[in-house]
Amino acid sequence: MKKNTENYSAVSESGAILERRSTWQRFLIDFKKSPISARFGLFVIAIYIFVAIFAPWLAPYGESQVFPAPYEPWSKEFIFGTDQIGRDILSRMIYGARNTVGIAVATTALAFLIGGVLGLAAAIAKGWVDQLLSRLVDALMAIPSLIFALVLLSIFGTNIINLIMIIALLDSTRVFRLTRAVSLNVVVMDFVEAARLRGEGLAWIMRREILPNILPPLIAEFGLRFCFVFLTIAALSFLGVGIQPPTADWGSMVRENASLIQFAQYDLKAGLTPLLPAAAIALLTVAVNFVVDWFLHKTSGIRDEQ
Amino acid sequence: MHPVTRTVLVRLGYGLLTLFVVSIVIFSAIEFLPGDFTQAILGQLATPETIAAFRKELGLDQSAFTRYINWIGGVLQGDFGSSFSGRGQLTSGTGGVGRSREVADLIAPRLWNTLFLAGLTALIAVPLSLFLGITSALYRNSLYDRTVNVTSLTTISFPEFFVAYILILIFGSLWPVLPTLANVDDTTPFSERLWRSALPAMTLTLVIIAHMMRMTRAAIINLLASPYIQMAVLSGASRSEVIVKHALPNAWAPIATVIAFNLAYLVVGVVVVEVVFVYPGIGQLMVDSVTSRNIPVVQACALIFAVTYIVLNLIADIIGIITNPRLLHPK
Repeated sequence: MKKNTENYSAVSESGAILERRSTWQRFLIDFKKSPISARFGLFVIAIYIFVAIFAPWLAPYGESQVFPAPYEPWSKEFIFGTDQIGRDILSRMIYGARNTVGIAVATTALAFLIGGVLGLAAAIAKGWVDQLLSRLVDALMAIPSLIFALVLLSIFGTNIINLIMIIALLDSTRVFRLTRAVSLNVVVMDFVEAARLRGEGLAWIMRREILPNILPPLIAEFGLRFCFVFLTIAALSFLGVGIQPPTADWGSMVRENASLIQFAQYDLKAGLTPLLPAAAIALLTVAVNFVVDWFLHKTSGIRDEQ
Repeated sequence: MHPVTRTVLVRLGYGLLTLFVVSIVIFSAIEFLPGDFTQAILGQLATPETIAAFRKELGLDQSAFTRYINWIGGVLQGDFGSSFSGRGQLTSGTGGVGRSREVADLIAPRLWNTLFLAGLTALIAVPLSLFLGITSALYRNSLYDRTVNVTSLTTISFPEFFVAYILILIFGSLWPVLPTLANVDDTTPFSERLWRSALPAMTLTLVIIAHMMRMTRAAIINLLASPYIQMAVLSGASRSEVIVKHALPNAWAPIATVIAFNLAYLVVGVVVVEVVFVYPGIGQLMVDSVTSRNIPVVQACALIFAVTYIVLNLIADIIGIITNPRLLHPK
């Protein structure tokens, strides 16, 4: 504004036709103002998505293609060497982006579907529905989720479908709490009452009246939940009860190659190999956290007081 | 009755109710097993009589209610039943009771190990993170604060095993000063035990310090922004006076909450760290039992973890209530 104060006219500004910006344009404007950490985060996330989608074209070898050379050191042929039964580490890392991240996204989405719908329903219906769901969620949340997940996995067995269902169910409790809390404030608004009097059904009120108003906190929560789910699944896979071989997965890759770490003294590269998938996990979590931080800052309007 | 006492009693009541519900949830684990799981445990060679005897021992011929009463009664007296493993070898007899071990005997020495590790971590992590949190809140937006903040945000995003392996790489491999296998047992002398637990305790400390420090910082900043502190500053009180006389009394509640919450978090972190360092604690026992689907052991470990978690949260709540009279009058 400062540049053209001389020929600035209030009339022309108010008279100018308001242009409607598309979501993409608004995103670009926000992006230009974003801090470096958020840009870094978005950049990293974009790379992960790219790698996950184009994994078969990017990977030099197949996901579980075995070479007769276990624990091969880093070389031109095998950039990060091979694992304990001779599979190319780089290829498995690339496929891991697809499996590990894909499963975590699917789990988070399912958790949001369950928790979000039930949370909205509890906030709208109130009464015994709300009481019943809230007490149930309290009981589920009283047990640490990793421990609960271990119990459930020991009963139902460890396969990917069970893993997704169990983690999604356990995590939906937190989504439920948040959705219920934020929508309780919206449910009492007049426009919801008007929609009700108009005779709209529960689904309409949920989707068209309440959801748009509670979206920002839910999107931020999606990022944080994703990190949590991602770390939980990685921990379970690391413990050997999550994603099972031969599926390439970062958590189990760390465990499979952990013994290489003893050789770091003689060959630092070999020692670093088991840390690569772990670092891939950590980098994505940091990136998502940065973006969520920026998003929260942007939507809540909170400024750090000096 | 004094309102504080009543609130605390109500909270305790809720805590007991939660414990009851959680015990039912964990107990019902066995209900969801497929009907032929006894066959799977005893092996293909088991005769129908053996299976019948085993089912009788598990109480599967009784109602779920009776079994729950028996189970919880046993648990309260420290009897968690007997392990499923080691039963398959027997082809006759009474369901292989002779070969299997009592769950309580399996757990007791490991529980002590886990408590030792958690206690050691808490001893280092609590004072350190309180110090870091309070100082970074006091000197917020300084270079010191920013460094501590970025470091802790990064550590939070790291999986526990990543931190563990970085430490192993540095202190166990590149510069081998500390043991990477924490194989302690009953006969290990105290100093040796301490030395062997150094790396696991360091990992856990790093993981929970980040959380605890950030929460302490947020709580203190929140407190320092309140009008009465501003008033004290404006009235000309010295910096130390403001902190010791005005801020600290109100800070105990959030700090206690932070500590208890993070000790509860420790309960979960311990599982992964024990596996990384092959530390013989109940976390490792639980993971092994999940892999072999040894349900009685899984149930016992889960119950111990859940009870610790609930009790710690309960203590945090109660400290919060006792030290903060404002919590007594919700809206």
